[in-house]
Amino acid sequence: MSTLVLILITGVGLGALYFLVASGLSLIYGLMHVLNFAHGAFLTLSAFIGWQVAQALGTASWGSFLASVLAGALVGAVFATATELALIRPLYERHIEQVLITVGLSFAAIALFEGIWGTDAVNIAGPAWLKQTTAVLGASIPNIYWLLMLAAGLVLAAIVLFLKKTRYGMIIRAGVENRSMVTALGIDVRRSFTIVFAIGGAAAGIGGVLAMHWYTFVSAHMGSTLLIFAFIVTVIGGLGSLTGAAIASVLVAVLQQFANFYLGGTGDFIVVALLAVVLLVRPTGILGRKA
Amino acid sequence: MTLTTGVPTLVPGRKGAYLPFAIGGALVLMMAVLPLLNIRIPGILPGATYTPGTLALLSLCMVFAAIALSYNMLLGTAGMLSFGHALYFGAGAYGLGIALTYLGVPLWPGALIALVGGLLIALLTGSVAMRVSGIPFAMVTLAFAQAGSVLVRRNQQVTGGEEGMRLPVAQVPEWLVGVVNTRNLYWLTLVVLVVVYLVALWVDRSRLGHLAEAVRENDARVRVLGLQPYAAKLIVFVVAGGCATLAGIMYMLLQSGTQPSAVGTELTITVLVMVVLGGVGFRWGAIVGGVLYTILDQRLTVLARSEWIHDLPAVLRIPLSEPLFLLGVLFILVVMFLPGGIAGTIDGWVRRRRGERTRTQLRQLDDAEGTGEETIAEVRT
Repeated sequence: MSTLVLILITGVGLGALYFLVASGLSLIYGLMHVLNFAHGAFLTLSAFIGWQVAQALGTASWGSFLASVLAGALVGAVFATATELALIRPLYERHIEQVLITVGLSFAAIALFEGIWGTDAVNIAGPAWLKQTTAVLGASIPNIYWLLMLAAGLVLAAIVLFLKKTRYGMIIRAGVENRSMVTALGIDVRRSFTIVFAIGGAAAGIGGVLAMHWYTFVSAHMGSTLLIFAFIVTVIGGLGSLTGAAIASVLVAVLQQFANFYLGGTGDFIVVALLAVVLLVRPTGILGRKA
Repeated sequence: MTLTTGVPTLVPGRKGAYLPFAIGGALVLMMAVLPLLNIRIPGILPGATYTPGTLALLSLCMVFAAIALSYNMLLGTAGMLSFGHALYFGAGAYGLGIALTYLGVPLWPGALIALVGGLLIALLTGSVAMRVSGIPFAMVTLAFAQAGSVLVRRNQQVTGGEEGMRLPVAQVPEWLVGVVNTRNLYWLTLVVLVVVYLVALWVDRSRLGHLAEAVRENDARVRVLGLQPYAAKLIVFVVAGGCATLAGIMYMLLQSGTQPSAVGTELTITVLVMVVLGGVGFRWGAIVGGVLYTILDQRLTVLARSEWIHDLPAVLRIPLSEPLFLLGVLFILVVMFLPGGIAGTIDGWVRRRRGERTRTQLRQLDDAEGTGEETIAEVRT
């Protein structure tokens, strides 16, 4: 019983991490039809900057932890906005070239990170509470998972509020639905592209700093590994659907944890197999609309 | 609207129609006699052309040219953006290693087993991935390649894990082993490259290739004509996978070993960079891209170790000592300002002089994607 609870809760926690990365990807794809390979680079840079901030302020305190998360979100948002303005915007409506640009950016960024922070993983020590566990129904849950869930919950709530309650959110939702109609009504959709990139970058930045604490280290390739799972999650959830991404994140991560425990570490394969099954049965994903 | 596509077509009777083939034949001949000559190109090649070091580098160039050619079949001919092409390259490399080590067969049957294995994996993954197209297809192929990469890294007792796998030299014919025989390996690599080129040529010229091109331009229209887009694309995918497997087998022989990076996403991205650099949709562009990338990578690594780089301030030293950073920046610049790549730019220039109109292949892919969406929208309303 306690094992079951442990796997379930850590699965949901891991799903929260996937969601932090996938939410931005899904929004960006939904609105702009760009598969953003540079998302991993946003995440890794945020983690490294978060690490620098935490080192400067002393790693053990909650204040420095919060500061590093905020710095991560800010760095992610700034990096993403700069990418959108400098590289994506000039190639307006040329999706394949936009994808290639993000591939090139991620390629160059990883090499640069290796040059700056070295090829070896950099260890991080967080507040002592993160190392401890909390007992739930007899299972000892590492505390980082609660933090991941809290962060993902807050980010989800913030994005949903933004999309439902603000004017820009409304434009973004309308743009995902039918972009040419929004443009025909005289609204400049391109500004919302930048906003979507900034939101996605900030979410990835938070995800990056938390992922660093989850792994307890940060390396230049951290983003690429998480990015692949985020891709899988967005395809399974249905491209462009935020709710779909949230459901799929939890589904994928819980399944992965179960398979890792009961089927001898085959979690990654089960996830890819799930992807294959979803594609065969329902190519549009769980909540996807069109093929 | 009739526009010339990027793929050059043979028009019998036109002046100079057979010129590319004459040049190609002459180039192959020149490459074949290169190990017997003493040519030095300082700054590009590490030594004279008969030295094993230079021959090894040139062989590596040709292996990458071969995989770039196979990738061009996907992206250029069929318009499929795949992020899992390294899976088939890795299947060739690891397949050969596994066949020789665990089945104890000699080299040639082992290579055949690896090739069949690569084709089967391509068929299996391709048929599932092609349930979706466009960007989702790219994501799914990426996921499959990642599964392959995890498989290789996890099963340490079979594949050697992170350490990589050594080629059991005992089962390889003597004339292909050792530094002394580098030029035999070089000639074998040249044969592989020529075979892959001929396969690519056949695909582009055959009805299959024409159908794949038609699907790339307008999928719905091909369906309306009663043809099977799925089958055509799948065959091209499997053929391209087979060619990549061949390149992987050759890579294993050449390096007498392989690392898990041969299956990873980084390799696919590297090949994508080569093809875009050379020019999407051009067979010779893919070869130029593969060779150029490999030599640049090698030269920039040498540059990174040079004295004067170490004396620079950190702001300049760190970017300049990362070859992949420089290549990534070069790639971004090419996509932004030279979308036809090397071959596309030259071809466009030649065609404009002849008075023809052109567009780069990447532009065409984007437009084709656009028409597909419009057609769907029309059907719906």
